[in-house]
Amino acid sequence: MTQTISKSGLSDLRSKDEIRAERRKGRTGIYLVAPGLLVLALFFALPVVVLLAMSLYVKPPGAEIGEFVPGFEIGNYMTVLSAYWPELLRSFWFALIATVLALLIGFPMAYLVAVRLREKPLLQGILLVLLIAPFFSSFILRTQAWKQILADEGFIAQALKFVAILPADGHLTATPFAVVAGLTYNFLPFMVLPIYANLGRLDTRLLEAAGDLYASPMNSFFRITLPMSAPGIFAGTLLTFIPAAGDYVNSALLGNNRNTTMIGQVIDSRFFKVIDYPGAAALSFVLMVSILVLVTIYIRRFGTKELM
Amino acid sequence: MTRQRAINNQRRRLLQGIEQAQASRRSVLAGAAGLALAGLLSACGTKGTSSGNAAALAPATDLSDSEAVVNWANWTLYLDYDEKAKNYPTLQRFMKESGLKAKYAEDIDSNDSYYGKVQAQLAAGQDIGQDLMVFSDWMTERIIRQGYAQELDHNNIPNIKNLLPALQEVRFDPGRKKSLTWQSGYTGLVWNKEAFPKGLRNVEDLWDPELKGRIFMLDEMRDTMPMLMLDDGVDIAGSWGQVEFGRSLEVLDRNIRNGQIRQVKGNAYKQDLISGDAIAGLAYSGDITQLNFEEGGKWEFALPESGGLLWSDNFQVPMGSPHKKNAERLMDFYYQPDVAAEVAAYVNYLCPVLGAQEEMEKFDPELVEDPLIFPTEEFLSNTSSERELSVEEETDFQNQFQEVIGV
Repeated sequence: MTQTISKSGLSDLRSKDEIRAERRKGRTGIYLVAPGLLVLALFFALPVVVLLAMSLYVKPPGAEIGEFVPGFEIGNYMTVLSAYWPELLRSFWFALIATVLALLIGFPMAYLVAVRLREKPLLQGILLVLLIAPFFSSFILRTQAWKQILADEGFIAQALKFVAILPADGHLTATPFAVVAGLTYNFLPFMVLPIYANLGRLDTRLLEAAGDLYASPMNSFFRITLPMSAPGIFAGTLLTFIPAAGDYVNSALLGNNRNTTMIGQVIDSRFFKVIDYPGAAALSFVLMVSILVLVTIYIRRFGTKELM
Repeated sequence: MTRQRAINNQRRRLLQGIEQAQASRRSVLAGAAGLALAGLLSACGTKGTSSGNAAALAPATDLSDSEAVVNWANWTLYLDYDEKAKNYPTLQRFMKESGLKAKYAEDIDSNDSYYGKVQAQLAAGQDIGQDLMVFSDWMTERIIRQGYAQELDHNNIPNIKNLLPALQEVRFDPGRKKSLTWQSGYTGLVWNKEAFPKGLRNVEDLWDPELKGRIFMLDEMRDTMPMLMLDDGVDIAGSWGQVEFGRSLEVLDRNIRNGQIRQVKGNAYKQDLISGDAIAGLAYSGDITQLNFEEGGKWEFALPESGGLLWSDNFQVPMGSPHKKNAERLMDFYYQPDVAAEVAAYVNYLCPVLGAQEEMEKFDPELVEDPLIFPTEEFLSNTSSERELSVEEETDFQNQFQEVIGV
């Protein structure tokens, strides 16, 4: 009895205005999220559905070029996978190497700026700008520049030939080396910035404490700095690996050779050269699903709570 | 004039660099958009077209009399451009004389990709936003076969009388009812005279060990494969088939595999010739004329003794265009000899207009005798074009070619 009274009494305590305000608050949230949801639905969910449908289309007998009708041809996947699995594997392989290289190069950079230069804000600021500076120029132009840097008559190729690392008739452009170098360079900022943001919060007193307890610098790095920067490394590797696997500007400009073809190039050529829309759609879908699977495994294995 | 040309050429080079670079990215975007569009269209039940089952498309109603505009999609760097005024001089003149507003778009950088972009709309008979589009012969042939092009009214193009006799009858368009030549060109051999003084006489000379890893082929199947087949002694206009095609494809495959051919690429080969990464390869005549002008005459262009290719890019009015008459007036304008000469002096390709050679005297006397712009009998006799491919062959050969070049 008392309970019911108090319950109804409680609800009576809230004025109508308050209830209305509460409702409005709930609605405001929906309004704020709506544009984002709409954009996602229109530019992600819908295209994915269309892509999936397209990948199952069939070519009717006697069809003109570019003519396909709705169907359910799972065989499209078999056809493109059996023809292009090497390119698919190569894309992930190149992306993996580029990610590891970017981590090895990027971590010390991030550490220097975020931790070592904490006492020198001016220098820190300058270096940070230098890190971000590549973002200011076009991705394509930067890749184009690499082509010049690695050209046969360029300094690097000549120097490598001089020390006999590269045979006299060897070259750097149109090789896997050039493509991986381009990928590493182009996605380096995506690796450095998350790690930098993470290391910026690193409490150096922990390192001092470790030193007081006779931990070697090596030891305190592996026991303190590295574990604490794990979320940054995690984000950085994802931000590097995912776009690198799907990238094809680097492989087209710096590679463009049979042993450098990445899956993006194949999709482009299926679409525009052969006018095989279902094949291109099937490959795009396979790429998307493979990345999703790889990333899920990675998150399950190494994901940290802070990211989830 | 020469100074102006030099400035133009500077712009041209800069643009080309960016152009090539962007092409790849742009085509990805276009691809995504096109894929989504094509899918949507089909999902909504819009029929794909087929010469077999679709009802013939009907031309759009011509609104030329009420709408004084004409939209023209062309290849990049394919019309005279004035760097200072930032406009196209001949097009300006056309607008002044005709009172029409001409919108020019450098939308095309490859037959395949532009076709891929507009195919869905063409098939539905919709307006692609262009009243004139420019495709190479084989694509023009496909467009006509598919019924995507409107029939031209020659009464509106009196200057068609200036069309070179050799181009008045073409296989894919008897009487030139549905297409008209914009420019022509050769596909042949190029080599760097300083780096390879021996020179090339045939395509097979490219397999010289001295050139290992320094040569390129063209990524247009319709250029590279006929050139290889000519080298093999095949009559490409005759009745060849999978056997002959396969034989040449094997040659290509072997030379890619053993590293003789470094890359198979499009117009970007010009950069490699400049940087020295490439010394020789297959090339388009106009490109080499331009390159020699810009970089000091280091390269030689020649047709192989086994023969080179003669091709044209053609104007066509898409079925959905509501401004056919305006488009015809524009074509008529460009078939005036003096206008044609002005364009030829800039683009450096074969000029299809009679009388332009005489007019060229005024623009650039040194170009008057250039056989790459005004063809001589000797040059022409050493060229051919491949036979028509069936729909199945087009897809099949393209597929095989892409597989060998690795994309």
